[in-house]
Amino acid sequence: MTELHHLTLAELNEGLRARRFSSVELARHFLARIERMNPTLNALITVTAEQAMAAAQRADELLASGEAGALAGVPLIHKDIFCTDGVLTTCGSRMLSNFVAPYDATVVEKLSQSGVVMLGKANMDEFAMGSSNETSYYGPVKNPWDLKKVPGGSSGGSAAAVAARLAPVATATDTGGSIRQPAALTGLTGLKPTYGRVSRYGMIAFASSLDQAGTLTYTAKDAALVLRDMAGFDPRDSTSVDTPVPDYVASLDEPLKGLKIGLLKEFFEGGLEESTGKLIREALQVYERLGAQLVEVSLPNLPLSVPTYYVVAPAECSSNLSRFDGVRFGYRCEDPKDLLDLYKRSRGEGFGAEVKRRIMTGTYVLSAGYYDAYYLRAQKVRRLITDDFARAFEQVDVLMGPTSPTPAFDIGAKVDDPITMYLNDIYTIGANLAGLPALSIPCGTVGGLPVGLQIIGPHFAEAKLLNVAHGYQKETPWHQAIPKGYE
Amino acid sequence: MSLTDHDVKNIAHLARLALSEEQVPVYVDSLSKIFDFVAQLNAADTASVEPMAHPLADQVQRMRPDEVLDHDQHVKYQGNAPRVEADLYLVPKVIE
Repeated sequence: MTELHHLTLAELNEGLRARRFSSVELARHFLARIERMNPTLNALITVTAEQAMAAAQRADELLASGEAGALAGVPLIHKDIFCTDGVLTTCGSRMLSNFVAPYDATVVEKLSQSGVVMLGKANMDEFAMGSSNETSYYGPVKNPWDLKKVPGGSSGGSAAAVAARLAPVATATDTGGSIRQPAALTGLTGLKPTYGRVSRYGMIAFASSLDQAGTLTYTAKDAALVLRDMAGFDPRDSTSVDTPVPDYVASLDEPLKGLKIGLLKEFFEGGLEESTGKLIREALQVYERLGAQLVEVSLPNLPLSVPTYYVVAPAECSSNLSRFDGVRFGYRCEDPKDLLDLYKRSRGEGFGAEVKRRIMTGTYVLSAGYYDAYYLRAQKVRRLITDDFARAFEQVDVLMGPTSPTPAFDIGAKVDDPITMYLNDIYTIGANLAGLPALSIPCGTVGGLPVGLQIIGPHFAEAKLLNVAHGYQKETPWHQAIPKGYE
Repeated sequence: MSLTDHDVKNIAHLARLALSEEQVPVYVDSLSKIFDFVAQLNAADTASVEPMAHPLADQVQRMRPDEVLDHDQHVKYQGNAPRVEADLYLVPKVIE
């Protein structure tokens, strides 16, 4: 018989509405899996079992009365970067290890209104700074495909949880690839919407001109269902964009005949592992069979995206994280001898090594005498990269390439070398710099580990991206694969 | 480019971060590597390029009517504070 955790979010949602099972049954089922499997995976920092059972009960009542929201009763895990009223919200940091959020993030509020049932909060790289989930104060997350491997980051807990079927969806955030890279490394569909599409209110800030919330799900259809209720204008986020949210589900089945796909020349050069490249090319052949046309395009400034990002993101991070001062909330050192000592030791002890590295990088590039040489120059190169994308989208509908140069790597393999770690995001950062929507879908495995195909679209083309991903998933089985031991 | 111990200590001071003596050489090494790495940006021709601060063109900061939208929740907010007395956040003495 089909187990509840084998069903996609769309199937669970349909089953709830047809009363084939109740929300309480779902919550119990997934909470039992979390209890059994989370101690090994370390994917969740907080499990909110009691609240979940109460929310599931309410969802069942609403489903019975016919007044339920579109996702009523569906279990979900929130990345611990989203503020959840009355619930511990750590951002993976010692700095916030005692922080009980006093309000809900807009994403949390909107999804609650839609009726989702939160099961807990997912582990993550500290303040979303990392590509392997090894910078978390709460310890590394294991990849359910191979427990010796990282699940990617920074949304590593969200990805491991969904891949292990601990919930059909987890929220996530993407500043330089933090949704797409873990999606690729754990065999999931990971969607980063256009900058401004989903509210950043209540989402703890890392780099405000890049941060964007999205989803990790099994399928593109599931992502469409969740994004429909997550996206939208929010007056409380000054960079939220006031454009209508289309029905992402309605356009999923549009035919792909005539679709123009741009192959990013720069993505297939240098650093891409051969076996990963082979799977990407096979995926492109599937699109050709579906009637799409492949065109090679070049974005000459794209190779500069990683150095651009490692100036812009730390600069914004150093500014954003100055709010953690040991005075109003968060960690405070013992026995400060004066105010300066309080600031310095609270921050020195409260932040981990990578976060401190990025704060110092940012402080330096913004300091007098270096601002023009680093920060201003990086902002100019950011425009060159953005213009490259705009030119490409004059020729093609979407761009495709790998999400990550290699499948999941060993825990501990790259922790001592920040540059090697930063280069993991070489294919994902461009979309963040240009504010473009992008997603990763599974397209096969190498040595038993999943590989992701990345699809990038023009601003606000989420419906097209989901349509293109769904078309592939109707033809291929990769999104249905469940890691061994989690069936 | 090679930073010195003094540079790193100065950056850490500006960022209000206490570093132990053992941590200083670790950051000298990794920050020097990072600044070498980002020096690739010097190769780009940016002479006539406007800096880009925001990914969406033509976005402006919105204005809203000056109305009170939030209500006083200081008791709830101060529940997260390390030290509070008489509704005030406590810090070490600032003025002698």
